[in-house]
Amino acid sequence: MNGLNHLFLTVGPARFRLASSWQEPLDQLASLYKTYPASYDDYADFTVRLEPEKPWRRFVRPSVHISGDYWLPDAAPLPLSQSLLAAEMGMNLQMALGWRRHLLLHASSVEKDGKALLMTGLSGSGKSTLSAMLAEKGWRFMGDEFALLNPDTGMVHSFPRLISLKNEAIAAMQAILPINRFGPMMKGTPKGDIRHIIPPLNAVNRMKETAKPALLLFPRFGYDPVLRDMGKSEVFVRLTQASTNYVALGETGFRALTRFVDTVPTKAMDYQSGEQAEEMIDSLWSKLP
Amino acid sequence: MMRNAQPLVDALREPETVLSLDGAGWTDLISIARAESLIGSLAHRLANVAVPEVIKPVLDDAIQATDLARLQALWEADCARRALVPLNCKTILMKGTAYVAADCDAGIGRSIGDLDIMVDRAQLPAVEKALLDAGWEWVKPDPYDDEYYREHMHELPPLIHRERDRMIDVHHTILPLTAKPTPNAQAMLDAAIKLDSGLYVMAPADMLLHSIAHLFADGDLAGGLRNLWDIDRLVRQFSQADGEFWMELGKRAKLHGLERHIARALRLAAQLYDTPVDKAYGGPAIFADNIYIRRLLARDGWGRETRKFTRQAFYIRSHWLRMPPLMLAGHLWTKWRNT
Repeated sequence: MNGLNHLFLTVGPARFRLASSWQEPLDQLASLYKTYPASYDDYADFTVRLEPEKPWRRFVRPSVHISGDYWLPDAAPLPLSQSLLAAEMGMNLQMALGWRRHLLLHASSVEKDGKALLMTGLSGSGKSTLSAMLAEKGWRFMGDEFALLNPDTGMVHSFPRLISLKNEAIAAMQAILPINRFGPMMKGTPKGDIRHIIPPLNAVNRMKETAKPALLLFPRFGYDPVLRDMGKSEVFVRLTQASTNYVALGETGFRALTRFVDTVPTKAMDYQSGEQAEEMIDSLWSKLP
Repeated sequence: MMRNAQPLVDALREPETVLSLDGAGWTDLISIARAESLIGSLAHRLANVAVPEVIKPVLDDAIQATDLARLQALWEADCARRALVPLNCKTILMKGTAYVAADCDAGIGRSIGDLDIMVDRAQLPAVEKALLDAGWEWVKPDPYDDEYYREHMHELPPLIHRERDRMIDVHHTILPLTAKPTPNAQAMLDAAIKLDSGLYVMAPADMLLHSIAHLFADGDLAGGLRNLWDIDRLVRQFSQADGEFWMELGKRAKLHGLERHIARALRLAAQLYDTPVDKAYGGPAIFADNIYIRRLLARDGWGRETRKFTRQAFYIRSHWLRMPPLMLAGHLWTKWRNT
């Protein structure tokens, strides 16, 4: 049995042990996460494993199989050139299937004045890109994948992993950020072209600070700009679908989500450009109670 | 790095052993326990041990997850009960659901997947129809598999509920019909104990024997550590509650043709978990026990299965035990052609 190399990562409240048959993804992670808190005690909430699909696939057309404490039986392997993506997917998988301390909402989040803006929606809605963009305009980036809702306090906790940009969003962000903020370009992944960016330093330094959810948006990119009200029941049902552990939390999840829906103003937002979205968000934000 | 699952076994047997673990040791232990589906049982075992602050939330999560699993398993059992009420047949809960429904120690912190029930074989067609009417559907509509299950297995092909997405396995006995031991299903039905809910669980000796049959005669020992932990908990609880338990166990083991199996299970449980075993039933350790132990502990600190050769040998053995050789050849041929 082949030995595994490993490293520890701390993102928000979660600690990961990443173990890999190859050094390559670990080196990439170490470099991209170098501003994150280091682990001195080797504790972890989850182990992620990156291993060859079959023993010989460690060298021949290397293919990375993602597993760990929690795993999916039908996860497709990725080529070694996409092993960074595999590591990120592995961490997401542990959170999605194993994390119970918060209600996980598949949403990006940014903070200003102690209040959080959450954006959720289908892949391609632009929630990730908008959060990355706002993070450069005075907002604190809290996460582009999961917003962690504390069931006891109702506060949002930060989970600021690398920001995952897809397809057209990559060029858009390259236009405004220096190259040393970017990870390797991964073309032709199962989700299209992907390139990660390192969150701003203040997002990492302040990742233990929580925020009170103040506004929820359902952005939709590529439509004439408009803001629409949404009924509470629609918001509730869509958030149950956007949560990876709503069912697993049982009554706790239900209480956390009903409280969230009852107290957080929500809008559907169609937009055609980042500037447009920013204007709409600023105007909504200034009218918040 | 832990090279086998011994630290998990130690922690379950003697919780204070975790006090000597460092951070890396804890991380290994947690991965092993999750991989063996024993994290909930471990969390309960460690309830009164001074574990590190950072480990507490991990264990609390496991306790909450298995609390919910318990609730869902009981709910699922009740759904089956309601679907089968008109048939007026004995519905016996099995495995994890039975342990929690009967409040057995084996149910504390146990992970529970599918619902397993046993009914009288004569009632099978009616049970099948009632479940289909109540929203369960076939999982594998493959004609070979379907016929194979019906002719040779101890259960119907698995059904899944179309709204709740939960599986049910309907058994009419505890081992495949092609396996060598032929447990007396009728005797198990007759001795079953009625719960307040109207559902049944097996009588103590039968419940333990089913757990043992499941470990040795119906699989490749994957998940064997949890299975053996069930056995440990059942033995402790039943032998303490009833002075006659060992005698009854001996009688039932003979009746079901599981005497050899029970001796081995008790020896392995005593060796790994210090299970208190009546000498008359376990007997002295024999060499082959070491191979079983080797298989049961085949898990490293990353949570990976190890000892591929040993595992493969047990996999082949599991098929050998379940079918006569010619039938096995025919079965593997058909399965190979279909994949």
